[in-house]
Amino acid sequence: MTFINYAAREINCKIVYYGPGLCGKTTNIQFIYDKTGATAKGKLISLATESERTLFFDFLPIELGTIRGFRTRFHLYTVPGQVFYDASRKLILKGVDGVVFVADSQEARMDANVESIRNLKENLKEHGVSMEKVPYVLQLNKRDLPTAVAAPEIEKALRIKNEPVFEAVASRGTGVFETLKAVVKAVLMDLKSR
Amino acid sequence: MAVSDLVLYEADHKRFASILDRLRKDANAKVTFLIDKNGQQLAVAGKVEGLDPTSLAALSAGNVAATDGLAKLLGEKEFSTLFHEGEHDSLHINVVSGRAILVVIFDERSSLGLVRLRVKKCTGELAAILEDIVNRSKSQRGTAAGASAPFAEITDDDIDALFN
Repeated sequence: MTFINYAAREINCKIVYYGPGLCGKTTNIQFIYDKTGATAKGKLISLATESERTLFFDFLPIELGTIRGFRTRFHLYTVPGQVFYDASRKLILKGVDGVVFVADSQEARMDANVESIRNLKENLKEHGVSMEKVPYVLQLNKRDLPTAVAAPEIEKALRIKNEPVFEAVASRGTGVFETLKAVVKAVLMDLKSR
Repeated sequence: MAVSDLVLYEADHKRFASILDRLRKDANAKVTFLIDKNGQQLAVAGKVEGLDPTSLAALSAGNVAATDGLAKLLGEKEFSTLFHEGEHDSLHINVVSGRAILVVIFDERSSLGLVRLRVKKCTGELAAILEDIVNRSKSQRGTAAGASAPFAEITDDDIDALFN
């Protein structure tokens, strides 16, 4: 649910990074935080456990610039990936404008990826949002690992519509901003089409 | 998308801000905020220096969302009021017509009783404005005055420029 504030001349959109546990959602947000200038970002808030696993969400507000006299502000959220935090994941999807699915490329995590996408579809549906319509980008993360499955094979298993796909190594920043740019574009184009 | 976008005009903002300012004075509070349930700040009154309004809005919304989840587990519709007591400052959080969140930050110069009373008195007014905004957003959906209005002409180049 986009929030257009004429009083402040700004547009606010919510983007959620989704995916299985330890796939690199927080790493994506952390890299964006590290590489964004101080004036264009807010605080990075991580509600995490003592072992640094996401407990509720990470939150990073960023401002990308002005379009047609409106400041564009994006609120980036991650969900907790671990299976048993499903109630929290559902809450975070409320009012979402765009989704990035971060897939873990390792062979051993393929089932977890598939299950997480199924879970995403179900949770979006509960908010009255269809997977077919929501602005959506697929990121194949951890491409540097020796156990990474070939990209076309993962795409075949996980791609659900004609969404943009990016290969990434989030820990080094590879593909992180490309993914962000693609989802921002999808969100703004979706807004334009309404 | 199934949910209507939220469009806030200057006049709406002024109406909210005037109620929040009155509440802040009547409740002897430091700051009053109105936040959308998704964590977007709608209006604020009081001194926000030293506060981080964006984070405050996101965390308050997360707090309310988690509490809503708890309410549903117990078969309750919602827990409409939350109170967090600190050593110096306290937070009073109230859900307004299931759509927005009214946050009052106060210290020892006020009391929970006074804040509760004053909050109760103004939630009806805030709810009425919210209803106007929601109804207007619904009726404008897909029209030239709708949420997409400022962005109807954006191009790929505009978006590329955001990342340069």
